Amino acid sequence: MDPLQITAYTTISAAGDGKEALQSALLEGKGGLQPNDFGHAPLDTWIGRVADLENRPLDEGDRQFECRNNRLAFMALQQDGFLTAVESLKSRVDPTRIGLFLGTSTSGILSTEQAYLELGKSGRWPAGYHFKGSHDLFSATQFVRMKLGLKGPAFSISTACSSSAKVFCDAHRFISTGLCDAAIAGGVDSLCLTTLFGFNSLELVSGQPCRPFDQNRDGISIGEAAGFMVLEKNSSTDSGVALLGYGESSDAYHISTPRPDGAGARLAMEQALNRAGLTVDEIDYINLHGTATPSNDRAEANSINRLFPSSTPCSSTKGWTGHTLGAAGITESIIACLAIEAGFIPGTLSTQSPDPTLGLNIQRATTTEPVTRVLSNSFGFGGSNCSLLFGRISC
Amino acid sequence: MLSFYLEAPAVAAPGLDGWTKAKPVLAQETAYRQTHLPKYVPKILPPTAQRRGSISTLLATQAAQESLGATEIAPRELASIFASSIGDPEIVDRLCSALADPQPMVSPIQFHNSVHNAPAGYWSIAIDSLESTSSLAAGDASFAAGFLSAAVQCRAESRSLLLVAYDLPFAAPMDTTCPLSAPFATSMVVTPSATRQTQLHCTLEINAISAPASRMADAELEQLRVGNPAARALPLLRQLASPTDEETLTFDYLPDCQLQLKCKPC
Repeated sequence: MDPLQITAYTTISAAGDGKEALQSALLEGKGGLQPNDFGHAPLDTWIGRVADLENRPLDEGDRQFECRNNRLAFMALQQDGFLTAVESLKSRVDPTRIGLFLGTSTSGILSTEQAYLELGKSGRWPAGYHFKGSHDLFSATQFVRMKLGLKGPAFSISTACSSSAKVFCDAHRFISTGLCDAAIAGGVDSLCLTTLFGFNSLELVSGQPCRPFDQNRDGISIGEAAGFMVLEKNSSTDSGVALLGYGESSDAYHISTPRPDGAGARLAMEQALNRAGLTVDEIDYINLHGTATPSNDRAEANSINRLFPSSTPCSSTKGWTGHTLGAAGITESIIACLAIEAGFIPGTLSTQSPDPTLGLNIQRATTTEPVTRVLSNSFGFGGSNCSLLFGRISC
Repeated sequence: MLSFYLEAPAVAAPGLDGWTKAKPVLAQETAYRQTHLPKYVPKILPPTAQRRGSISTLLATQAAQESLGATEIAPRELASIFASSIGDPEIVDRLCSALADPQPMVSPIQFHNSVHNAPAGYWSIAIDSLESTSSLAAGDASFAAGFLSAAVQCRAESRSLLLVAYDLPFAAPMDTTCPLSAPFATSMVVTPSATRQTQLHCTLEINAISAPASRMADAELEQLRVGNPAARALPLLRQLASPTDEETLTFDYLPDCQLQLKCKPC
């Protein structure tokens, strides 16, 4: 496929506000997880919480979109000179030909959770609660489209933890069919009780910071994040990094348990390699989905072992950010771009002893070295798999 | 401009209980009567999903199953896109009620069925297919966005897709915050070239707003169309039921653009 140049991006997560902070955290081994203090009955777990969101209301004129999820999206828009980059994009590309595709798993459901609490106490919906601007899955996409002054096609993808990876596939398709000349792909998911207690009900939440691919791994740490990326064809801006390939597949196995043989995940990775015209030997690093649940990490290892040489460096960066669910795809795509631009392979924070039965070359510590091509995996409930391939365009 | 073909339409809604019964109603040969929606338990789902599947999964799968029976394309060759504004209203209510408890406890099955792509996940299990599925939302324009996305993927990857759109109303107390009129699901197969089952050849464009959205002549069907994001498909279903020579349909999409669809019978 024709590569799409990445001409700007921005990120926010517990690991840092903006890409420089995220890169420093990765290089210095300083993660953002903290003991859970979220909600009225906090579970005994660790979370990746973005500081101070509670004190950052949206602008007066944006009240119809007020919710934690849109606050997080807006914080991300304000990092990394992204708003300026989008203004520059709009001077090059007709805004009616800039697509906006955002992933989210739970959107602003926290607002409905809080509204139910209030309804139980007072018998009335709280003042200012509005479903369409908060909980509705399209809310963040509408909000971001308005803030950025975009006029092109837009929708939200919600496929659980692959959501903001699959948006890159849509961005490429809208550009390759000629409907768009550029696209902004991204996603946002914020802390809520639905995911904390939901994953806990499935016994998938760890009592300590998550330890991906560790032999003692025992579950995820839930995080929140937002990120956005500008993708362009034929851009005169030479950033050097591009989306080279994508792959999407299904597990056809179970709604909340990954297919043990990893056949679905493997198909997504094979498609990404085929679209990029690359072989497994040309991949310098795999950013794993690596949630730290026993079943995810084993299934992912099975899928990679049947495709890649055992020497391919792999790591999961969820020890820094937590599992940011619908925002994991964009967050880890940004980590892939940082790794290529700055030349480093992230480690696997908190993992002490990689599980020898999984057979992957798990990088425990971050190392600095040239990186030209990175595969990023995102897998979600419903058996939804997506693999993205990023690399230097000149290679 | 995107060029593609449509076949295997399906519908599951009050008074539109399957394509065979709905077709004369949509073609205005018989009157529309809004009846109670049957309790669908699609046989294509595995037994556990038939028992445990959420109301949204059962409704979406009912329509998808009907499309599958009307196309000659093998199930495993079809990628799929599921479009829904809300997803599953019953699960939202149950989860949020449970989470308002001083000691919150949620059902693991309800939580895993709460993901927007649960119907897509059950579909891939039902047809045992590793092909890609996606699940999207765009508020009242969820059908338009799903239809556009399916047409784009069909052209970009030269492949056939199943498009399913569904939405169900909230019960109290959420019904006041997000009112929907009635449940509705529809499904169709989008193909890059004509097949023996092709019913319409379509060309689709995104344009600046220049015309009101296409409507239904029958007042009750029109009420259904505006009352449920998935039912915004009704003018296209009418065209599939009773194709005129050449018709241009308009679908509301975003505040500054709309979809224009030219359809020709094949």
